[in-house]
Amino acid sequence: MTYLTKLSAAALSELLVSKQVSAVEATHAHLDHITAVDTDLHAFLHVAGDAALATAAEIDARRAAGEVLNPLAGVPIAIKDVLATQDMPTTAGSKILEGWVPPYDATVVSRLRAAGLIPLGKTNMDEFAMGSSTEHSAYGVTRNPWDRDRIPGGSGGGSAAAVASFQAPLALGSDTGGSIRQPAAVTGSVGVKPTYGGVSRYGAIALASSLDQVGPVSRSVYDAALLHDVIGGHDPLDSTSLTDSWPSMAAAAQAGLKDGALKGVRVGVIKELSGDGFQAGVTQRFTETLALLVAAGAEITELSAPNFEYAVAAYYLILPAEASSNLARFDSVRFGIRVNPDSGSLTSEHVMSATREAGFGPEVKRRIILGTYALSAGYYDAYYGSAQKVRTLIQRDFAAAFSQVDVLVSPSAPTTAFKFGEKLADPMAMYLNDVTTIPANLAGVPGMSIPMGLAPEDGLPVGLQIMAPAKADARLYTVGAAIEQLLEARWGHTMLSQAPALTPTEMFASEEGAV
Amino acid sequence: MAKAELMDFDKALELFEPVLGFEVHVELNTKTKMFCGCANEFGSGANTNTCPTCLGLPGGLPQVNKKAIESSIRLGLALGCEIAEHSRFARKNYFYPDTAKNFQTSQYDDPICHDGSITIELESGRLVTVEIERAHMEDDAGKLTHMGGATGRIQGADYSLVDYNRGGVPLVEIVTQMIEGAEHDAPEIGKTYVAAIREIAKALGVSNARMEEGNVRCDANVSLRPRGSNVLGTRTETKNVNSLRSVERAVRYEIQRQAAVLASGGTITQETRHWHEDTGITSAGRPKSDADDYRYFPEPDLLPMAPSREWVEELRLTLPEPPAARRKRLQAAWGFVNLEFQDVVNSDLLDAVEATVAAGASAQAARKWWTGEIARLANAAGVAADSLVTPAQLAALIELVEAGTLTDRLARQVLEGVIAGEGTPAEVVDSRGLAVVSDDGALIAAIDAALLGQPDVLAKIRDGKVQAAGAVIGAVMKAMRGQADAARVRELVLERAATIE
Repeated sequence: MTYLTKLSAAALSELLVSKQVSAVEATHAHLDHITAVDTDLHAFLHVAGDAALATAAEIDARRAAGEVLNPLAGVPIAIKDVLATQDMPTTAGSKILEGWVPPYDATVVSRLRAAGLIPLGKTNMDEFAMGSSTEHSAYGVTRNPWDRDRIPGGSGGGSAAAVASFQAPLALGSDTGGSIRQPAAVTGSVGVKPTYGGVSRYGAIALASSLDQVGPVSRSVYDAALLHDVIGGHDPLDSTSLTDSWPSMAAAAQAGLKDGALKGVRVGVIKELSGDGFQAGVTQRFTETLALLVAAGAEITELSAPNFEYAVAAYYLILPAEASSNLARFDSVRFGIRVNPDSGSLTSEHVMSATREAGFGPEVKRRIILGTYALSAGYYDAYYGSAQKVRTLIQRDFAAAFSQVDVLVSPSAPTTAFKFGEKLADPMAMYLNDVTTIPANLAGVPGMSIPMGLAPEDGLPVGLQIMAPAKADARLYTVGAAIEQLLEARWGHTMLSQAPALTPTEMFASEEGAV
Repeated sequence: MAKAELMDFDKALELFEPVLGFEVHVELNTKTKMFCGCANEFGSGANTNTCPTCLGLPGGLPQVNKKAIESSIRLGLALGCEIAEHSRFARKNYFYPDTAKNFQTSQYDDPICHDGSITIELESGRLVTVEIERAHMEDDAGKLTHMGGATGRIQGADYSLVDYNRGGVPLVEIVTQMIEGAEHDAPEIGKTYVAAIREIAKALGVSNARMEEGNVRCDANVSLRPRGSNVLGTRTETKNVNSLRSVERAVRYEIQRQAAVLASGGTITQETRHWHEDTGITSAGRPKSDADDYRYFPEPDLLPMAPSREWVEELRLTLPEPPAARRKRLQAAWGFVNLEFQDVVNSDLLDAVEATVAAGASAQAARKWWTGEIARLANAAGVAADSLVTPAQLAALIELVEAGTLTDRLARQVLEGVIAGEGTPAEVVDSRGLAVVSDDGALIAAIDAALLGQPDVLAKIRDGKVQAAGAVIGAVMKAMRGQADAARVRELVLERAATIE
């Protein structure tokens, strides 16, 4: 049954719809694979094997009874631990939420369930999505399937690694400054940050409310589009959710597979998102991809977005400011762990303080302090206020760019996957890894990362980022699917088929089915 | 708690000029909370009206209650405010266990309503215009109950319980400009201003406006400046003063306390103060500086609001007559003297009297019944007067009295029957057999019997000693078991005394 884990969600869906494969079989195959490889990779924080099989059996029964289900019904999926699930612990990678099972499902999770997808479990992440390497998880690192000594990206390293290592064909991520796209880039998978407001945030544990967006993680653009169609659309529980009616992203992706899909497409290359600080192999693959686009009839224009230079600085004021307020609710009163102080009276203030001291990791504390400072009276205008102005300027840069081109492209990340510990002691170096992805969050525009090859110097995946104007997510899927097809045609295979084979760890190899 | 030194009120006013400011919180009576679909309901089981949003659970997000915005705008319009073309919510960040999110969703630099005023009339007839700086929307906190201590206060308690049912209930906070020139009227201005806000909120129907249930809560700011100075004194903010009388007392107390402190060379600490209803004093709360840092920033989970001018104008058309104007109109129409009218107003019976008059009763009769017998019965039963009978029932009762069918005494019995649920006044008259005996034949028979039974009295009457008739009237009324019109009996007694053989 191993072959079932190698299939795309779309291919698996066909087998399920035609009843050549049952959802139980598909779920079993993935659970077995998780058992085999995840002790080593640690993409999952929680695997809900029994519940997944029970849900799968239900889907099979409904399908057998002739019910017409969503095409993705019966397809397994991994869920980033930032999303509330009422049947699985939800920790956001933090000690402070250890063992917490929410009394409700995030809207995207409800939509997955309604469509009949099979939640396999919850994936690892940097604590409260603060990080670019998943090293800031309170529950240990996740390894990159391409090189176990390297980071899988972050914050959504668990979702990306799960998909890249065939433990799930699909996953949900959340992207505040690149947490879907950068892990996709460094694991050779596909990740999409939808337009801000395109996918509900209700039940997504907030990092920075004005930047957070939930999106799909997959091994192909079309798979991401299928998942986007399930989770997207207006949600009255999220006031920032757009009320627009959206076209089918799956149809948009299919349109990209037609001959000449890229002909006449105006592609902008942002000058500021290349050059210094970009790894040679990354730049090389990017240049080659641009050549491929020209050959396919796209028009390439180099553009300047002068204010992108300030994006990281603005981002690291806005994000901590909002996070400092969003994380205030973790006070030990209503949920999560409670830690009593070693000394002093047990007042709510002392207990809260001891709980936050023990429950939050160093990166979370760093950002709470930064944000609290940035919002303080007397500093607000200089920090938070200025950052919001930069945000407006970046939005204008995007508007100016999109008045000339249909999509913008850049490398998804300046480098390939770095080694564990390499940037842990240097927060600035870690923050700068998101220089390419942050502008899209500040402007609310959609962005996608697709693999564009392996860097010659280290043989690790390199991602191409594609960005479109707000609400033009469909355009991303069309262009993304077209470029993906071009690249795969050139390689003669998919990116992830080249990933090193993962050896099952001995301990679990013989315990088939156990999770 | 040591009682602070107080200066005589008149003396304090001689030395200092009081400057006031009020923050009144009006709890809106929307069906659901400000930012989620939970019921906005008083008295439910603890923590039953809660959800991930109002419990501040991870992942919870707010959704604005449109009705709350509408109510806020109507309240703002009734206070003569401008309605902002662009308004937004802001987070007020502070840690306290009754605030589930550890920030209050409030408004900062873009309140929904701003720059209004209302004119209040004091008992002396003095008119005072109170300028409204702003009226903004926010969510209420949960309710803490401190257990194990002797006082119910947090000090000395073993542990505290928190009920988030009230958490997220919509509030409008109405903030006045500084009120100068209050002078001796300062306490009365406080009381009258809060009464006016309560009355407006009630007339609009946007709040239940019951101070005893915390629907209207007042924070009173008081400072004193020495006569002849133009520098403002340091202010205190007495929190949660929850009755009109307390507002008056708290303002008076703070003036007397601050004056004593200042006159003895002390300084006033800028702080919040607690009002103690039982002892009638304030005590120090927490220090409060103007630099209190709530780290306000625009609420990113909610979109800015832009109430359309058309909507605002539509809402303006729904405003009821301003309560003060209505009072003037009704007093004139009813011809009540001030004392009579105040009696009605103070008993919260304006609506009841107006409806009874509309149902056909005379204003005086309506007033007399509502503020008299009905108020007495309501008071004894511990309920609101207008919950006992309907204006229509009372109007019917008054009609029976005026038609002579009932005496006042009989009418009181009928009222009891109506309150007991025995039916309409007419039905109670029938079932209890309470109608006045208006059959002169029956009366004459009884009178003749009484006169002939007391020949000496008859003789006196015939001699012109008319007051002697009283004994006969008494006997007749007794014989008729009270169901006779005493005036008619008197007429007939005199008539029969002259003619009887």
